[in-house]
Amino acid sequence: MSEDYKAMWQSLGLDLAAHDQLLEVLGQGYQDIFLSQQARPEGMEYFNFVMSEVHGLRIKELIDGQAEGKKVVGSFCVFVPEEIVRATGATLVGLCTGADFATEEVDKYLPRNTCALIKSAFGFKLGKVCPYLESADMIVGENTCDGKKKSYETLNDLVPNLYVMDLPQMHTKEGKALLAAEYDRFKKAMEELTGVEITAERLKEGIAIVNNRRAAMHRLYKLRASDPAPISGLDALLINQVAFYDDPVRFTGSVNKLCDELEKRIAQGEGATAKGAPRLLFSGCPMAVPNWKLPWVVESAGAVVVGEESCVGERGTRNLTEASGETVEELMTAIVDRYWKIDCAVFTPNPERPEHIKQMAADYKAQGVIHYGLQFCQPYAMEAIPVEKKVEEGDLPVLRIDTDYSMEDAEQLKTRVEAFLEMIA
Amino acid sequence: MSYYAGIDVGSLSSDAVIVDAAGGIKGWAVTETGAHSTNAASAALDKALERAGLRPDQVAYTVATGYGRAAVPQAGKKVTEITCHALGAYTLFPEVGTVVDIGGQDSKVIRLGENGKVVDFVMNDKCAAGTGRFLEVMAAKLGVTLDDLGRLSLGAEGEVAISSVCTVFAESEVVSLVAKNQPIPQIIKGLHRAVVNRVAAMTGTTGVREQVIMSGGVAKNAGVVKLMAERLGVEISVPDEPQIVGALGAALLAAREDAV
Repeated sequence: MSEDYKAMWQSLGLDLAAHDQLLEVLGQGYQDIFLSQQARPEGMEYFNFVMSEVHGLRIKELIDGQAEGKKVVGSFCVFVPEEIVRATGATLVGLCTGADFATEEVDKYLPRNTCALIKSAFGFKLGKVCPYLESADMIVGENTCDGKKKSYETLNDLVPNLYVMDLPQMHTKEGKALLAAEYDRFKKAMEELTGVEITAERLKEGIAIVNNRRAAMHRLYKLRASDPAPISGLDALLINQVAFYDDPVRFTGSVNKLCDELEKRIAQGEGATAKGAPRLLFSGCPMAVPNWKLPWVVESAGAVVVGEESCVGERGTRNLTEASGETVEELMTAIVDRYWKIDCAVFTPNPERPEHIKQMAADYKAQGVIHYGLQFCQPYAMEAIPVEKKVEEGDLPVLRIDTDYSMEDAEQLKTRVEAFLEMIA
Repeated sequence: MSYYAGIDVGSLSSDAVIVDAAGGIKGWAVTETGAHSTNAASAALDKALERAGLRPDQVAYTVATGYGRAAVPQAGKKVTEITCHALGAYTLFPEVGTVVDIGGQDSKVIRLGENGKVVDFVMNDKCAAGTGRFLEVMAAKLGVTLDDLGRLSLGAEGEVAISSVCTVFAESEVVSLVAKNQPIPQIIKGLHRAVVNRVAAMTGTTGVREQVIMSGGVAKNAGVVKLMAERLGVEISVPDEPQIVGALGAALLAAREDAV
């Protein structure tokens, strides 16, 4: 695709040579990890296409939309209320945070013991290789962990359009009031950015778009409970990742179409893996494109991942927003209520998370849990041991893994994962 | 009579064990891995066969384990060193509850259930701090052999504190201690303490259930074993040949595999 989009990338200020390099690595990785899988559903063709055009056609769509006045908002977190963005007719996209890039440059701005996700966001900015970041009209940072919160002070000097959203850290009345106040402030900021007044009708439209996508994902999650699993964990993760980039309506249609196919597969006893393959649940930090290392290690060892307790997964899509309100106030309250339930590790205490893990493991018939922590991600690292204890009380074995985006520990990870599979066999 | 082979290709040593159908050890070998895993696996197997007085075609099934397990063409199956160490230790010590294995580039604590099944395990992360490689580098720096470390440390009068288990930092620490004329046995004891503290910390989340067995090359170092026993507050048993526990487990799995 590189020839067709060169002028577009150039106009966004991308470093073409570095960007070509990134696309080459990405393409090769996709070939080796995804296209080499056996027994993939046909419906994955759509997602292959989206991935092949993730820096091409999709960016062109966004830029064409901007020419018609449709704003683009970039975010790093599932706490950014998408319904409000969609209500103004703007598009919300997830920003690139899943690979190491320009690491030497990043070291000039961030301490070395910063998690790979934050470093990646800076790497894509400093290396000038993220067309989403460069085309965004507004970038929303959010005060989740300390690493992100403080790094936004530095990012603010690198981008002209950073908006920082404060978030509560305790599930108290005061915490919820803060979330409501911040969503209200964000609503005003979106109105200002787009020049669109958010009415109840517009909010309802925004809620419907996002709810439909969530419902399609819920449908997909449920189908993965079958043995054999009708879709690999890698492909399911990819769909979760694509959800952050793609046009939501088209994406929803494609997921539902895929689910129709998966239902037929299940009826015929077909799967992406052999029946009886060991089934694992992932839990922990988000895996953004192209962070496919751990599911690749796990599924290469013959197991299948049947769920993701993650922001790029069920933590990010759980619960619909109640759409029955008639006024802007009622609908805004419903939005706050929905996001208030996200059990992110930045909250203290956070008792819902281990319960959700146990519930998901039961629903999807997982035989074990892999707790995935990004090195230097304090909130999830802190929760890992108590979560492991709570989950293992229910006789569900947990393997805790701390890693980053590099491949240097792939062999060690393989040994650990294979030993875990031998243990639960 | 059929025989079964287990080959453990580790980062520093490659080990092989031959067992008969009843699980009795017929021959074993410990060789250096060097730069080529496949050759090392073959060399270890040949040596073990020679000691057992057997020909390669008398081996009915082979299981490979260790980091180089994928590079063993003779193997019908590859099993991780966690499972193999557990089974090897369980066979040698039926009462085993915990295996502490310190190998060339990693260390692990394995907790076993009633019947020798792995219940939980912890491995060190990326770096080789506090492993056999660490002691090897330090021995070279101090001008003593790896085999002398245990004896020297047991004779130490006192101990020097080593604050780092990072091989790079500890090496410069050792240089400065040598420069201050600190007695070498005391430095070695301090290095052993650093290894023990690092590995013992890994028992934190798995817990230690007796009987505790130490395996891997570092288990041959009596100084480390003694400090580990003190640190964990338990008695520690060491097999006669601690380096072949993984290969033994692999050989026993090979015998089981063939019976299926």
